[in-house]
Amino acid sequence: MTLEVSDLRVYYRTLRGDVRALDGPTFTVADGEIMGLAGESGSGKSTLSKSLIRLDGRMRYIGGSVTLDGDEMPIWDDRAMDEFRYKRVSIIPQYAMSAMNPTRKIGKMIAELLESRGVRFRDVRDELHRRLELVELERDVLDRYPLELSGGMKQRTVMVISTLLNPSLLIADEVTSALDVSTQRAVAETLVEFRDREFVKSMIVVTHDISLVYQIADTIMVMYGGRLAEKASAKTIIEMPKHPYTKMLLDSLPEVGVKYEDKRLSGIPGSPPGLLNPPQGCRFRDRCPLADKQCLEQPPFVEVESDHHVACWKAE
Amino acid sequence: MRKYFGRKIFVYALTFFAAVTINWMIPRLMPGDPIKSRLARASLNDAGAAEALYGYFNKMFGLDLPLWQQYLNFWVSLFQGDLGISIWNFPTPVIDLILGAVPYSLGLLLPSIILSWLVGNWFGAYAARSKWLDNTILPIGYILTATPYMWLALLLAWSLGIVAGLFPAAGSYGLSLQPAFTWTFISSLLEHWFLPFLSLFLVALGGWAIGMRNMIIYELESEYSNYLQALGAPRRLIRKYAFRNAMLPQLTGLAVQLGTVVAGALLTEIVFSYQGLGYLILQAIQNQDFFLLQGTFLFIVIGVLIANFIIDIVYALVDPRVRVQMQGGAK
Repeated sequence: MTLEVSDLRVYYRTLRGDVRALDGPTFTVADGEIMGLAGESGSGKSTLSKSLIRLDGRMRYIGGSVTLDGDEMPIWDDRAMDEFRYKRVSIIPQYAMSAMNPTRKIGKMIAELLESRGVRFRDVRDELHRRLELVELERDVLDRYPLELSGGMKQRTVMVISTLLNPSLLIADEVTSALDVSTQRAVAETLVEFRDREFVKSMIVVTHDISLVYQIADTIMVMYGGRLAEKASAKTIIEMPKHPYTKMLLDSLPEVGVKYEDKRLSGIPGSPPGLLNPPQGCRFRDRCPLADKQCLEQPPFVEVESDHHVACWKAE
Repeated sequence: MRKYFGRKIFVYALTFFAAVTINWMIPRLMPGDPIKSRLARASLNDAGAAEALYGYFNKMFGLDLPLWQQYLNFWVSLFQGDLGISIWNFPTPVIDLILGAVPYSLGLLLPSIILSWLVGNWFGAYAARSKWLDNTILPIGYILTATPYMWLALLLAWSLGIVAGLFPAAGSYGLSLQPAFTWTFISSLLEHWFLPFLSLFLVALGGWAIGMRNMIIYELESEYSNYLQALGAPRRLIRKYAFRNAMLPQLTGLAVQLGTVVAGALLTEIVFSYQGLGYLILQAIQNQDFFLLQGTFLFIVIGVLIANFIIDIVYALVDPRVRVQMQGGAK
């Protein structure tokens, strides 16, 4: 197992109390696995992905553990985490378009970054050139400033930078959300290629676009209200979901070949729970058509079939 | 590159023409007649003599001509380097008055602007990284910038000049001295220079420090800083980038300030009776001295334009974004 996360709790500190954005998920990501992480805004997917590499100033580590290739990552200790960052766990940020210092030539910035991490730029330069070629970028982007590149070029450059040191785990945070549809597809395919060429061992692809993640992910994990709802292979999640939330989420996607003239595309009624004082029991209870008294107790995240985990009392 | 500078130079030329025209117009729109008020001070009893003198002066200054003729004459003599003769300090040529005042203004403003910029940026950059410094420097900075300038200047003149008697509170040099290259004169010059310098330095300092602090914090929270942090880059590298990028707006600020250098610091020079350009402007206005006012304004316009032009060049050298624009690249 590349990544093992166990009962991880990360809260946001606010004046009115703790917001339980990430409330104890336990899961694993296998070697070579591309896991899609889906959920709506406020489901905790961004908090989870950030927690694995760098907590921002408002996030507070409460408990739980994260193990990468058998070593526990000190995610509560910003300084100690530096050792893991980039070399063993890396990120392609959501804001790839503005992730590079606008006043430095890209090549110079990469060199400075690598040297600061104790890696000789000379030793990786050839590999860098090869990988730029792989994503169809000219070598001379290294002599340019970020604003001389188009959005898609910046995105690909950042993908190459982030994976240059062959990390075990790569977090791709909403990488496609700022791109047009045709570029989205290319970016998604590049991610798969990076895994196939073993630039990265495993990957977590955070997205709210289930249809896109279905094309590239081996497994999909669905989060709701700071907890895990369901995790299974991508095919199983799409074709035979068990959690009512997953079902409703999939039902709200448009289907090819169906005209929505007569039938309105339905969303999920209601809104996600506030996580400042989350409701007791299952957090989907208020919006769930199947909810009953049993749901006042929190359902455990259990394996109901081989490699199919669900947190729901009603899942058969 | 050439296209960029060609366009810039054209804009500067146009600005120069408009500004100089307005400078010429403004004094003439002021109510009152400079010659009459000058003669009134001479208190002539003989009405005939006053009439004759009025005609003489009017002709001498060329004020009897129609306005368009005066305007044309003004441009012609401008290109001959002739700014006219001062009415207030008759018959000293305006250019001599200005050249006599410029060193005082420059000597006062250049050091105070540049030093306050350097020290302020330095403090601000440090304040951004230390809570303790932030909590002390920031309030002091706010107090300094919020202080009405003349109040601070008067306070300094009163406390250090009059009560403590450490520095003379008025004048550019001792009243008994004549400008000369002697030790007594230079030390008197420095003594008189210190208080006005200090007042300008202090007032500007807070603004620079606050500006720099805010810019650095902004840069440290920007996305490229975030990305570098996520990749485990050391604070040193991130700070280096943030500092470099935060300097760019500060550089523009410095340029704007330097542009006003030639204008002198009107208030400072009045509070401390310091005989620079600001003092000249005050005299010119009070005496309706068209030529002196025109001349000093012309100096200011030229100064601002040159400073801006220099900064355009410097900016292109330090900021790749401007450079790319210049070469007609992306965006």
